[in-house]
Amino acid sequence: MSEYEGVWVFSENQPLMLELLGKGREIADKLQTELTAIVLGSGVKEKAEEAVNYGADKVYVVDDPKLETFQAERYLSALASLTSQYKPETFLIGSTKDGKALAARLATRLNTGCVTDCLQIEVTSEKGLTARKIVYGGNAIATITWRTKPQIATVPPRTFEKPEFKERKGQIIQVEAELEEPQTEKVEVKPLEVSQVKIEEADVIVSCGRGFEKKEDLALAEELAKVLNAQVGCSRPLAEDRKWFSEWIGLSGHKVKPSLYIACGISGVIQHVAGIRDSKIIVAINTDENAPIVEMADYIIVGDIHEMIPAITEAFKKHLSA
Amino acid sequence: MKQAVDVTQLKVDPQTSRLITAEAPRKISDFDKNALEEALKIRESLGGEVVTVTATAEEAKTTIREALAMGADKAYIIKDPAIAKIDTLTTARILAEAVKKLGEFDLVLCGEASIDSFSGQVASRLAEILNIPQLTSAEKMTVENGEVKVERALEDRYETVKAKMPALVSVTRGINQPRIPSLMAIMKASKKEIVEWNLQELGFTPEKLDASNMTVEVLDVSAPKVERKKIFVKGETAAETAEKLVEALLQEGVVGR
Ligand SMILES: Cc1cc2nc3c(=O)[nH]c(=O)nc-3n(C[C@H](O)[C@H](O)[C@H](O)COP(=O)(O)OP(=O)(O)OC[C@H]3O[C@@H](n4cnc5c(N)ncnc54)[C@H](O)[C@@H]3O)c2cc1C
Repeated sequence: MSEYEGVWVFSENQPLMLELLGKGREIADKLQTELTAIVLGSGVKEKAEEAVNYGADKVYVVDDPKLETFQAERYLSALASLTSQYKPETFLIGSTKDGKALAARLATRLNTGCVTDCLQIEVTSEKGLTARKIVYGGNAIATITWRTKPQIATVPPRTFEKPEFKERKGQIIQVEAELEEPQTEKVEVKPLEVSQVKIEEADVIVSCGRGFEKKEDLALAEELAKVLNAQVGCSRPLAEDRKWFSEWIGLSGHKVKPSLYIACGISGVIQHVAGIRDSKIIVAINTDENAPIVEMADYIIVGDIHEMIPAITEAFKKHLSA
Repeated sequence: MKQAVDVTQLKVDPQTSRLITAEAPRKISDFDKNALEEALKIRESLGGEVVTVTATAEEAKTTIREALAMGADKAYIIKDPAIAKIDTLTTARILAEAVKKLGEFDLVLCGEASIDSFSGQVASRLAEILNIPQLTSAEKMTVENGEVKVERALEDRYETVKAKMPALVSVTRGINQPRIPSLMAIMKASKKEIVEWNLQELGFTPEKLDASNMTVEVLDVSAPKVERKKIFVKGETAAETAEKLVEALLQEGVVGR
């Protein structure tokens, strides 16, 4: 038997940590081993208890005022000391930008492998743990396995479901860790104005592409979105080039998984499609019947957005008010 | 700088849905051009020398010439077929040895990820091995008084962070618009030096590069399966088309919930 055992999860972002606990629980159950959450911070008793109630058997807590906010070297040294001491077999880390760098550095210190931005993680009988991730700009999915332990994987937000809350009992263990001094200094931190509703969480999305030539025309999409209680999204050029939006959907933007995705005037090139693949139903409205989005859609209307979106809005109004 | 597969020009084997990367053209990974552009800007204002380092399994001189045309002073290429199958840890170790061999430096600039494998680990691993401060995902950077300062847009906040040099900075695509070399610059670049190193010179034995010594193994790379209904909805009028669509979507149970 290997000296490495158990599944660990960590994210400095608590909601993401809870999602990781869901996947972690599944892996731990399959391997009949323990699920451990790592909680770093200052005054984090509640976070530790929350981790138990979302599925952790055990929580290692490093409670230190120096860990109050994320600081790479301090967090890294805490994780490195815990992993060297307790030797988890698998370690899932939340794929925020900071989390990803943290995971790569931790893996380097431990001389082990790390797979970033895993969209699927499975225990297979032949290969043990395997992960899937998007590569080649969305053109392909790679399946990767580890040859060394701990097996470190990073997981983006909204990849796995948050498990159900249940009052549970678990062990919460306070541990000490020697914290390294920071190598970088934060000069300024400004909270970002994050839109109240997150596009990743939308159940219906009306998405706009370059088929919209005038900014006023976005009203058409907004009108439809209102009727459907949907959110409005866009392809990258509408945000980056035209600055009509601050965020976009796709490989380099947000990955969404609504029940319904309505792509209006979007060609559907691979980088966009990489962000909408998990939508249940995709509708495309496009003047070009040969646009790549057609291959990706469940329902296709070949037509002009200026004519079709209002018509669809009207039809929905009729049905949904009835 | 990574010589990457041009991901916009890939083909898929229709039988196996495996990706055919061998025939796709190669280019400098986009993010790395942003890193180079930033380095050139710093040189323009503060002086110094800009060199590029590439680890590659394939011939890369033609690709890397572009970096010289953009303005890099000198290029180093570490070429070995074994590099095709190495992991990010080994890549970072090779680059670290190359950096050490180059001697003193102020800044190592990297793209935050590569366009093909998109792992985003090499920069962080490299700084860790070199044991220098790292500033990742830079959207803006300035160098002043032996310090480098970067702005980073994170998920929930915007941060300004600084560190003493030598340091490593990884940059986003948004940090700048890489320059397009003029014809003159391209011609001049043909005279600039490209130094080739092999892995033995950097202290890597074939054994260290063997698949059995890698930390991860790629089992498969295939095109994602698309299982969509692809139903064209069409009526006599726009209203009728819309009506048909709405009925279908209500049937699917994806609206009005
Ligand atoms: C590294 C990299 C990352 C990228 N990441 C992303 C990403 O995350 N997300 C993203 O979206 N893009 C991304 N892109 C950009 C991407 O390659 C495309 O340029 C972009 O998605 C195209 O946007 P579009 O479909 O809106 O525009 P276009 O490709 O121009 O398509 C417009 C479509 O609208 C149709 N149309 C025109 N007029 C009408 C009309 N009146 N009614 C109906 N249809 C009409 C046209 O037939 C066409 O199909 C990335 C590119 C790179 C290189």
